[in-house]
Amino acid sequence: MVRRGLWIAAALVVAAVAGYVVYDMRANTSTVPGIGMPADVRLTDHRGRPFTAADLKGKPTAIFFGFTYCPEICPTTLLDMGARLQALGDDADKLNVVFVTIDPERDTPRQLAAYLSSFDPRIRGVSGTPEQIGKMAKGFRVYYRKVETGGGEYTMDHSTAVYLMDAKGRFVGPIGYQEPADRAVASLKRLIAG
Amino acid sequence: MQRRHLFSLAAALAAAIALPAAARDYKVGAIQIQHPWARPTSAGAQVGGGYMTLVNTGKTPDRLLDGSTPAARTFEIHEMSMAGGIMKMRRLDQGLALAPGATVALKPGGYHIMLIGLSKPLKLGEKVPATLRFEKAGEVKVEFTVEQPQAPAGGHQHGMR
Repeated sequence: MVRRGLWIAAALVVAAVAGYVVYDMRANTSTVPGIGMPADVRLTDHRGRPFTAADLKGKPTAIFFGFTYCPEICPTTLLDMGARLQALGDDADKLNVVFVTIDPERDTPRQLAAYLSSFDPRIRGVSGTPEQIGKMAKGFRVYYRKVETGGGEYTMDHSTAVYLMDAKGRFVGPIGYQEPADRAVASLKRLIAG
Repeated sequence: MQRRHLFSLAAALAAAIALPAAARDYKVGAIQIQHPWARPTSAGAQVGGGYMTLVNTGKTPDRLLDGSTPAARTFEIHEMSMAGGIMKMRRLDQGLALAPGATVALKPGGYHIMLIGLSKPLKLGEKVPATLRFEKAGEVKVEFTVEQPQAPAGGHQHGMR
């Protein structure tokens, strides 16, 4: 009986936490301070243009981190983002979509341009020096790590979420990896509506 | 009635025969290799993912040690995992163990073949020749058919232009 009570209590706690998280994401009214692009970071996009924190202002942004030597997660996220932009129709123009490489050694702006040519042209690729990319990732609390696989090859561990930022460059909430299309599109619509 | 049954049977048979012979299965020793396939890759992609299901029909353990393909510089066996929103990939240095009777799936989100340094993008419908090397069963030539991943439950079909 006591054990059953404990289980019910535990279930209630889980439900409450889940409910709060969902509420928090759905409400979309509060922003999380301290997450965003640091003002002093200088990056370069895949067309060779400078990219700074000013590029994340004026319009809301969906921004995510990855690398082009990634067989699965990154192409899937890029395809998903393309499909979400399609679903948004004309509203897609009210959104910045940014893909930041966490593997700047291999992902030069030119490599990003070649890679992104297979995806929605509205997705802007961003690279930079390893030091600047490090600061950028830190600004977004993004985890990444280079892992040697032997024979001179390496891969990258990295955070997979898409970060949603409001028009002032403040973090609003995430879209998780392969979140159902309707939920992700709804999050983007709310982001655009402000 | 009888005739109608026969007709349905014929139709079903015709449908079965008409199925694309895209992916096929292979066998070497006690190891079955089912449906080797690879993802289509984007223009600038240097890496590709290969998948298949391995069945050890024998009574002794075996192991997929490595492989090779003219389509890529390096052929590695990897394991991918996701925890707390962080994706990790690891090379399986000892290869992939196949216990007697075991079915081991290489599939998106888990074990996969990592093709590094593609000589050209993998296009839908192409076949990628490869050689797989097993510890006991030895070597076998297979072809990975380039096809779209199946949409995950609740997800949508992915398309690579």
